[in-house]
Amino acid sequence: MAAAGAGRLRRAASALLLRSPRLPARELSAPARLYHKKVVDHYENPRNVGSLDKTSKNVGTGLVGAPACGDVMKLQIQVDEKGKIVDARFKTFGCGSAIASSSLATEWVKGKTVEEALTIKNTDIAKELCLPPVKLHCSMLAEDAIKAALADYKLKQEPKKEEAEKK
Amino acid sequence: MLLRTAWRRAAAAVPVAPGSRSEAPTRGLRLRVVDHAPQSAVPSDTATAPPAESVLRPLYMDVQATTPLDPRVLDAMLPYLVNYYGNPHSRTHAYGWESEAAMEHARQQVASLIGADPREIIFTSGATESNNIAIKELESAIQPDTSLVSVMTVNNEIGVKQPIAEIGQICSSRKVYFHTDAAQAVGKIPLDVNDMKIDLMSISGHKIYGPKGVGAIYIRRRPRVRVEALQSGGGQERGMRSGTVPTPLVVGLGAACEVAQQEMEYDHKRISKLADRLTQKIMKSLPDVVMNGDPEHHYPGCINLSFAYVEGESLLMALKDVALSSGSACTSASLEPSYVLRAIGTDEDLAHSSIRFGIGRFTTEEEVDYTVEKCIHHVKRLREMSPLWEMVQDGIDLKSIKWTQH
Repeated sequence: MAAAGAGRLRRAASALLLRSPRLPARELSAPARLYHKKVVDHYENPRNVGSLDKTSKNVGTGLVGAPACGDVMKLQIQVDEKGKIVDARFKTFGCGSAIASSSLATEWVKGKTVEEALTIKNTDIAKELCLPPVKLHCSMLAEDAIKAALADYKLKQEPKKEEAEKK
Repeated sequence: MLLRTAWRRAAAAVPVAPGSRSEAPTRGLRLRVVDHAPQSAVPSDTATAPPAESVLRPLYMDVQATTPLDPRVLDAMLPYLVNYYGNPHSRTHAYGWESEAAMEHARQQVASLIGADPREIIFTSGATESNNIAIKELESAIQPDTSLVSVMTVNNEIGVKQPIAEIGQICSSRKVYFHTDAAQAVGKIPLDVNDMKIDLMSISGHKIYGPKGVGAIYIRRRPRVRVEALQSGGGQERGMRSGTVPTPLVVGLGAACEVAQQEMEYDHKRISKLADRLTQKIMKSLPDVVMNGDPEHHYPGCINLSFAYVEGESLLMALKDVALSSGSACTSASLEPSYVLRAIGTDEDLAHSSIRFGIGRFTTEEEVDYTVEKCIHHVKRLREMSPLWEMVQDGIDLKSIKWTQH
């Protein structure tokens, strides 16, 4: 309480002296324009931007969203014979929060099995990135992208399974 | 006095030739002031401040949202904030008389900028209030079938200039009232209320390097346009807007108008040159960039560009050293793309990719070059991260794809 009061006093004093009050570092209830440093970090130090060979049988590709909505995510996973995701790549057309959500998604799916990856929830992504309410749909789209990539991978495995059964 | 010394101390952070204050201020001066750590309320002492790079303020390229105070305006206002603080409606003493004189002088300055008579200028709290008064007039018109045409002079998002003189001609021949919101146009392009047959005009202080919280409405006297007051009270401003007129603010508005009248031609030339520089450099280095808005009937200081395959907000985040806008400030909290871009028929994905660059009186060539360089760098980077760019490079037609809606 005293800290908040002192903080307010500092801000008032600083405004009086024509200094711009520094914006708070914690931005849990910040408007969309105040980018959380975690979101900025994913843009400045991107993890897993790129593409995998989408024709490969071990690669699942998920493409979700629409340019008219301002959000398109492409997420690709590479799965080994044991069903573990060994590599993931993403590309996103969208705001900073969308880029961060899809980037985080690729980080999280790596090392998980296909079944474990299905359990990743948009609420976890949003919490990790401290997304404000207006940006929650970015995390939902990231979850959709993961599921789409897994679904595509499963689809590619089916003719293989049939062949194995036939043999 | 305190404000002035603090401003001067801040100005001292950037090397400035002494006594050059009388000229237009050193370009970019107030934008490079080192931001001190929030913990210390004590000024300066840069020895303990964090490294300079991390505390510099961003460049300001958002003049359509608001403009900094011209120092000449601040000089004009300051005496009325500290010394000549009388109420301009006080009739019985020198404080009132000198304040009233300043108010009338400011009224003359505003009127002369738009070719009006000072008796036709009413001070308000801003263009929004002026718009409300003008539109409300429609409901209180004497003839029941009178109508009103209201058009923005210069659009704040894409900078397009409307053919005001032609519209004024049509309205006057049909005996219809013509109102224009000239907030982005006053002091930037030549306006004359008589040549253009304008009946009502809204003026905003903080869009023309004047103070915030003040504006004016021009209301034609011949033929008389009747308006109904939005707020009632002591009958100030000929009964059209009651409330004490804030002398320091209107002095600021008047000074801003006078400065604008003097500087209009020079500013227009300089801003056009900088705008051309910005657009040429960007278009030369990046493919698939679209300028929104009619290139001919266009105010050069407002450039709205769409960078295909890159989303606007991500570009704004990347350009964190530059204060820019994507769409108007009024709608920045919503998820909708700009209604203006939609109205001119821009594809929705391009509407999401638009950035507005504002070039103003104090924008320097260095700032434009820096912004252009960073913009090119980050657009290239974001395109590398964009699935749409990748698809286009592979020769896929994006319009042929069935997208999943969320």
